[in-house]
Amino acid sequence: MSGLRLVALLPLAALLSGCNFVVLDPSGDVAAQQRDLVVISTVLMLVIIVPVMALTAIFAWRYRHSNTSARYEPDWDHSTQLELVIWAAPLLIIICLGALTWMGTHLLDPYRTLGRIASGRSVPETARPLEVNVVALDWKWLFIYPEEGIATVNELAAPVDRPIHFRITSSSVMNSFYIPALAGQVYAMAGMETKLHAVINKPGVYQGFSANYSGAGFSGMRFDFHGLAGKGFEDWVAHVKAGGGGLDRSRYLELERPSENEPVRRYAAVDPALYKAILNMCVEPGKMCMSEMMAIDAKGGLGLAGLNNTLPLTYDKYARRGAVFGPEATFVAGICAIEELDSEMPKSLAAPRRMTPVTGSGLKPPDFTANKLLSTSFFVGQRPLSGS
Amino acid sequence: MFDTSAIAKAIFGRLTWESLPLHEPIVVATFVVVAIGGLALLGAVTYFRLWGYLWREWFTTVDHKRIGIMYMVLGIVMLLRGFADAIMMRLQQAIAFNGSEGYLNAHHYDQVFTAHGVIMIFFVAMPLVTGLMNYVVPLQIGARDVSFPFLNNFSFWMTAGGAVLVMMSLFIGEFARTGWLAYPPLSNIGYSPDVGVDYYIWALQVAGVGTTLSGINLICTIVKLRAPGMTMMKMPVFTWTSLCTNVLIVASFPVLTAVLALLSLDRYIGTNFFTNDFGGNPMMYVNLIWIWGHPEVYILILPAFGIFSEVTSTFSGKRLFGYTSMVYATVVITILSYLVWLHHFFTMGSGASVNSFFGITTMIISIPTGAKIFNWLFTMYRGRIRFELPMMWTIAFMLTFVIGGMTGVLLAVPPADFVLHNSLFLVAHFHNVIIGGVLFGLFAGIAYWFPKAFGFKLDPFWGKLSFWFWVVGFYLAFMPLYVLGLMGVTRRLRVFDDPSLQIWFVIAGIGAFLILLGIVAFLVQIAVSVLRRESLRDVTGDPWDGRTLEWATSSPPADYNFAFTPVVYDNDAWWDMKRRGYRRPLANFKPIHMPSNTATGIVLAGLSTALGFGLIWYMWWLAAASFVALLAVAIGHTFNYHRDFHIPADEVAQAEGARTRLLAAGT
Repeated sequence: MSGLRLVALLPLAALLSGCNFVVLDPSGDVAAQQRDLVVISTVLMLVIIVPVMALTAIFAWRYRHSNTSARYEPDWDHSTQLELVIWAAPLLIIICLGALTWMGTHLLDPYRTLGRIASGRSVPETARPLEVNVVALDWKWLFIYPEEGIATVNELAAPVDRPIHFRITSSSVMNSFYIPALAGQVYAMAGMETKLHAVINKPGVYQGFSANYSGAGFSGMRFDFHGLAGKGFEDWVAHVKAGGGGLDRSRYLELERPSENEPVRRYAAVDPALYKAILNMCVEPGKMCMSEMMAIDAKGGLGLAGLNNTLPLTYDKYARRGAVFGPEATFVAGICAIEELDSEMPKSLAAPRRMTPVTGSGLKPPDFTANKLLSTSFFVGQRPLSGS
Repeated sequence: MFDTSAIAKAIFGRLTWESLPLHEPIVVATFVVVAIGGLALLGAVTYFRLWGYLWREWFTTVDHKRIGIMYMVLGIVMLLRGFADAIMMRLQQAIAFNGSEGYLNAHHYDQVFTAHGVIMIFFVAMPLVTGLMNYVVPLQIGARDVSFPFLNNFSFWMTAGGAVLVMMSLFIGEFARTGWLAYPPLSNIGYSPDVGVDYYIWALQVAGVGTTLSGINLICTIVKLRAPGMTMMKMPVFTWTSLCTNVLIVASFPVLTAVLALLSLDRYIGTNFFTNDFGGNPMMYVNLIWIWGHPEVYILILPAFGIFSEVTSTFSGKRLFGYTSMVYATVVITILSYLVWLHHFFTMGSGASVNSFFGITTMIISIPTGAKIFNWLFTMYRGRIRFELPMMWTIAFMLTFVIGGMTGVLLAVPPADFVLHNSLFLVAHFHNVIIGGVLFGLFAGIAYWFPKAFGFKLDPFWGKLSFWFWVVGFYLAFMPLYVLGLMGVTRRLRVFDDPSLQIWFVIAGIGAFLILLGIVAFLVQIAVSVLRRESLRDVTGDPWDGRTLEWATSSPPADYNFAFTPVVYDNDAWWDMKRRGYRRPLANFKPIHMPSNTATGIVLAGLSTALGFGLIWYMWWLAAASFVALLAVAIGHTFNYHRDFHIPADEVAQAEGARTRLLAAGT
């Protein structure tokens, strides 16, 4: 039976050879390590799955009704030794897999800065990661390069072998930022910031997309990710800068409105406070930033006076209808200007710059202070918000 | 002068002519077909004067056996709808390449995949599982009925009411375009202002009442109504898994009810639990819905495990290997299922320690599950296996489910999940366990217990045809999705750029077509069996040489199940009775106390459905009127004193005497 199956698989193998298994053959070190975990875990589990499948087939055949020569013991229903094996065998596999999971999850935590750029190559002491701020819009991706002062829509570029630090948020609904060739995905959520550290090792053009359904234009939320070698990245930045155009807050409010299958756009200049405003949901003029609101609330809030600190909503990217019995749609009026908010982004979890990460010294215990505990809510699985 | 539009708005709420999907030719054609079919059915029922019979004997019944059968019918009807959605998706994904938009626009396609998920889980898998538990559990424990027969009828009609709301959304308005769990902010009023999400909310709320109440009912039945001698550790394994499933239902469905209530508050009165603004947090919804959602998958799979245990032991002609460890494995799975919910969103930015914790708890569940697989394996060992249809499904399950289990544990490794989350690999995984586990189990259960319910076996030829179509179709439909997942293809996409992917979607579409043939063969099997029922007849009540109490009574069982409550000495009670030369009591019958039928359940559920419809369309008068009526009928029912009657002893003697003659003629 299994032989027959193998023969049946042959045309399949031919079919498979023509495909791009990007998850199994990625071009970035993080994705490669994740692939390794996929492969190791699968092999570990096959150790038990294959015998079980074989035994099922063998027992089903050997103890078929017509085979009267096989032993038949209708009352045999217990064996302590067998029970021990039955429970111990999966337990042992899971112990191995559990250990692997604990280490792998910590080493490949997307919030952690990279310790290496490829197998056997640590991050150079002088290297600073490329900062990219990612905003999921309906239904396109906005990439802001704060240090280069440029922004692009539906096009992302990075130099090879330089760590990239993505800060990810969304303007409205949930999306998931995913470039399979580079690294695993992380969700993009409005008013919250998630992070991803990754590095691309081979030059090339890779597919990126949203991996979480987000509405009508979801299928078109794709972009090209360019891994550029040598001076390619500087040339690309210069090319964007030469193209002209700028992205300020009013242009962003235009861009943010829902649209599908957007072409690539490039902006030579970008408002430096824009990303912070998007993250804190206060791009609209006069709206209070989340960070400001949380700072006020942390000090006890405005009390009943806060109820009056609202203005009717005039701008709305969706022309939304309010709840049927709800109050008129309003927003909380800001007190400070965005430029006044010099809130610090939370510090990244730093990895040691060593090549032997699993020796135990690799992971520094997080320093738990009461203050940090308060801001890290375990229950909602959420990181401290920026500027809180 | 009256403003007619204001009057129309007061009467019809949001419902206008534009709400009817007349611009969608596919929906209009479907409506025509459904309307013709429905009219033909209604006409036939009227022509054959069946309304009175249906009303008295079925709709108002409190007999757990008939309610169980109605659940099964509901599940099978909804399976056709859910599968129609599936094959539409497969077709769309198979052709939407090279610049083609396919044949479904985003508005329609997004409803189709949402409806597919909601219907398959809530209105196919749940009714089929609940139906089997309803039918079998009281018989297995030697009870006359469930603890609360009226509640049972009410629960069924609430589930049916939810199904009616979902079906209505196809032709009146639209269904949600959010994915089957309706994550906010997408499902908030700002991004989904239409009726789709409201249909979703109220369909699940109405059906959820039924599910929760039926859970309470079955727990109470299993705890209180077992035959004398049947201690907890002598219960059949299916009863054990049913108990655990219902504990899960009672503990988790209220969470679903609560989270949907919060979402509806956001949508109706402008609260901000899950909004982006005003301090709302959508991640709270994601946590809560999965605190219900993960136990839900165990609610579905545990009874299937129970079915496989019964089937393996019966068709191997052997006691179940490791009964005690089977029971403990079930209980351990029940408890652990509450400690794993976060694995559905490792990629939402939880810390590494949180992710590791939930990854490892998830893997631990595979230990008791693995032990169960081994127990079935060693039940077959040194048995005499008869490859009847239920056993074929069991073998197919054992070979298929381990693959799904393996990919499930793989997805529980957080770094692996980062690359596979939301991909078609994930879609392949959960169809692998739900079709390969739950559905195969349900088909095994249907083939196994059908002769008990109707007194004749199912036709084996069409059954085996259906089996092979399903199994081959499943592999063809879902193995390509594993491959596509490894190629980085995410789910719920409507159009594709990369032409090299198309071949895989075409293969998957062929698989879905084979599954369609499997469903058709299943329906033909039932029709053929009914036509050939005389040659398939079983007069013994024990066609498979069964081991548990349900096989001790006639097929179909009398209304009262057992003339005398059996006494149990062994966990294979009926096997033990047969071996000790048990003789049916033939005299000294006593009158049997039975519950009376009542129409209250169907009336209450109808009013709840109307209430839901009113709330969905903002028809406030309808919502208010049906709510008041709901209260009035519920209170009125407490004054119903005609709740029970006695079957006279000579009627029981007659029925049992007829069976004695049948048995004598059969031997």
